[in-house]
Amino acid sequence: MMFGSIDPALLLASVIVASVPIILAAIGELVVEKAGVLNLGVEGMMIMGAICGFVAAVETGSPVLGFVGGALGAAALALVFALLTQYLLTNQVATGLALTLFGLGLSSLIGQGYVGIKPPVTEDVPFGPLADIPFFGRVLFSHDWVAYLSVAVVAAVWWVLRSTRAGLVLRAVGESHDAAHALGYKVTRIRVLAILFGGAMAGLGGAYISLVRVPQWTDGITAGAGWIALAIVVFASWKPWRVLLGAYLFGGITVLQLNLQAAGSAIPVEYLSMAPYLITILVLVIMSSGRGKASLNAPASLGQNFHASR
Amino acid sequence: MLRLEKRPSPSAFWQKASPFLAVILTMIAGGIMFAALGKNPVEAIRTIFWDPLFGEFAFYFRGQLLVKAGPLILIALGLSLGFRAGIWNIGAEGQYIMGAIIGAAVGLALYPTENRMIYPVMVIAGAFGGWAWAMIPAILKTRFNTNEILVSLLLVYVAQTILAKAATGFLRNPEGAGFPGSRNFSSYPAASNPELIAGTGMHWGVVAAFIAVIAAYVLLQRHILGFHIKLAGQAPRAARFAGVAPNRLVVLCMGISGALAGLAGLFEVTGPAGQITIDFNVGYGFTAIIVAFLGRLNPVGILFAGLLMALTYIGGEMASTNLGLPSAAIQAFQGMLLFFLLASDVLTNFRVRLSTKAVA
Repeated sequence: MMFGSIDPALLLASVIVASVPIILAAIGELVVEKAGVLNLGVEGMMIMGAICGFVAAVETGSPVLGFVGGALGAAALALVFALLTQYLLTNQVATGLALTLFGLGLSSLIGQGYVGIKPPVTEDVPFGPLADIPFFGRVLFSHDWVAYLSVAVVAAVWWVLRSTRAGLVLRAVGESHDAAHALGYKVTRIRVLAILFGGAMAGLGGAYISLVRVPQWTDGITAGAGWIALAIVVFASWKPWRVLLGAYLFGGITVLQLNLQAAGSAIPVEYLSMAPYLITILVLVIMSSGRGKASLNAPASLGQNFHASR
Repeated sequence: MLRLEKRPSPSAFWQKASPFLAVILTMIAGGIMFAALGKNPVEAIRTIFWDPLFGEFAFYFRGQLLVKAGPLILIALGLSLGFRAGIWNIGAEGQYIMGAIIGAAVGLALYPTENRMIYPVMVIAGAFGGWAWAMIPAILKTRFNTNEILVSLLLVYVAQTILAKAATGFLRNPEGAGFPGSRNFSSYPAASNPELIAGTGMHWGVVAAFIAVIAAYVLLQRHILGFHIKLAGQAPRAARFAGVAPNRLVVLCMGISGALAGLAGLFEVTGPAGQITIDFNVGYGFTAIIVAFLGRLNPVGILFAGLLMALTYIGGEMASTNLGLPSAAIQAFQGMLLFFLLASDVLTNFRVRLSTKAVA
């Protein structure tokens, strides 16, 4: 029944598009958490990225500058988080919530004059003949550059964390900030940089929602994507490639329920649209319990503030 | 270069003073934001903080103060218990919606029976709805070690879709000509929550909020559970040695905050809001987080913080009609307040020193 009116290639292609914002935000948050910082403000940073990216793209007419603007806008908000938690040693959970509340308000303030405008179109990467391959061409080679960038970022984060000195230092800071400090690493500086990276990635993800996925501006456009990204980091047990898997799974569910809505399924629309959230909760439950306890993999200093007494 | 030095024990002075400092800093930063929007900052701040209380139409707005503060205080009190113990229920908005839906559903099921027992039953149903919704993250936390922050928050989005379904489907007014929204409770006396004293804004929800302030104060000062909550937050290890069962605390704190949020939702939907509509909830569940922190997680503090936050809502509406200040500006303003609150807390726990030598 599902595939009666739905083209599977188109479905898979839209799954990839639906997952891009989550991948970007989640991989950014993964780096932040690997450095031992819990930034619950992903939703706020994403929506700031969405509006800053939208404004930048509309004003300059260039989608690329739009994405840059989105990343910068969200990184600026992340900087506030970094200053508060790293220098003024505020509670990370509360500060993250503040970031989300503030970001939602500020974004709707900035977005006042931008409702109902169409942003410049982000073109697909021209793959030439590759895009004409039946099925795979449509699924893999018909996307814009950000979709490929998201996978590249996951690969880069995986490589940096696994096989570079910088990655090792980052992980050390996240596992035991006291030990890292004793070894002479600048714990605070490393964490601030990680937070800024996380902000920029969340901003890219947010900008992707307002510039490509929707594409227009409405208040609260991210609709919980930031929270789902946070859940996906837990689902991924802090492993980069699993972020990709989790995001595609989530994207799949989102697209499927939208398609079911469009196909006029017997299940009421409201119940379909709550499915992504319910399934995220279910996945969290599965990952947090039993043998494969995700929390065992969590960075040991996650959420703890560091203050060098000496 | 400035250096932070940890105080041996938190400063009693700054513990009291930091919320005031935060409010002043927020006014300054907010003024800059309003100026950037092309408004006169002094006039905007005066419209928000002064005119609703002492301006020309203050007699009307003073009543609104209690209407807005009631739900904020109720929800924030519940949240503060959990926050003290390190249990982060941030899905109060969802519990608020579910309390309103369940309570309203009970009342609407009995329409048009007139019986004075109907409203109390609805109140209980509302508290139950909020409690049950909060039990989902609580049980998942205790049974499966699932993060309560994420689950409670994600359930807000679920509650919102249920609300949409309630307003357009199962609770829709059958005589409403197909428009979304339930029957209006103001035309069903047995189930409505009217203003008790005309002009004051006092309704049953405000009464409940005042009772809850006293109850929370007694709980925290005089009851062993209050002591356990404080202990678990300040010294989790010591709490375990003292025989505090963390799981029991999670269930209790989440349950209380959920029930209070549900109550707030029920009082709101039967009183000021009047009916279940697709967007009757206006984010009190989230603003209450700011209220809880502004009140320093202390019941009496929350009472005043709730009134202040209600003032920013009312003043914000006034500024939006009189000065054309966008209503989103007030939301950003409230978020800013939380930033400054958290930041000024550094003075409670640390001394700022001018360091003579460079810090390693």
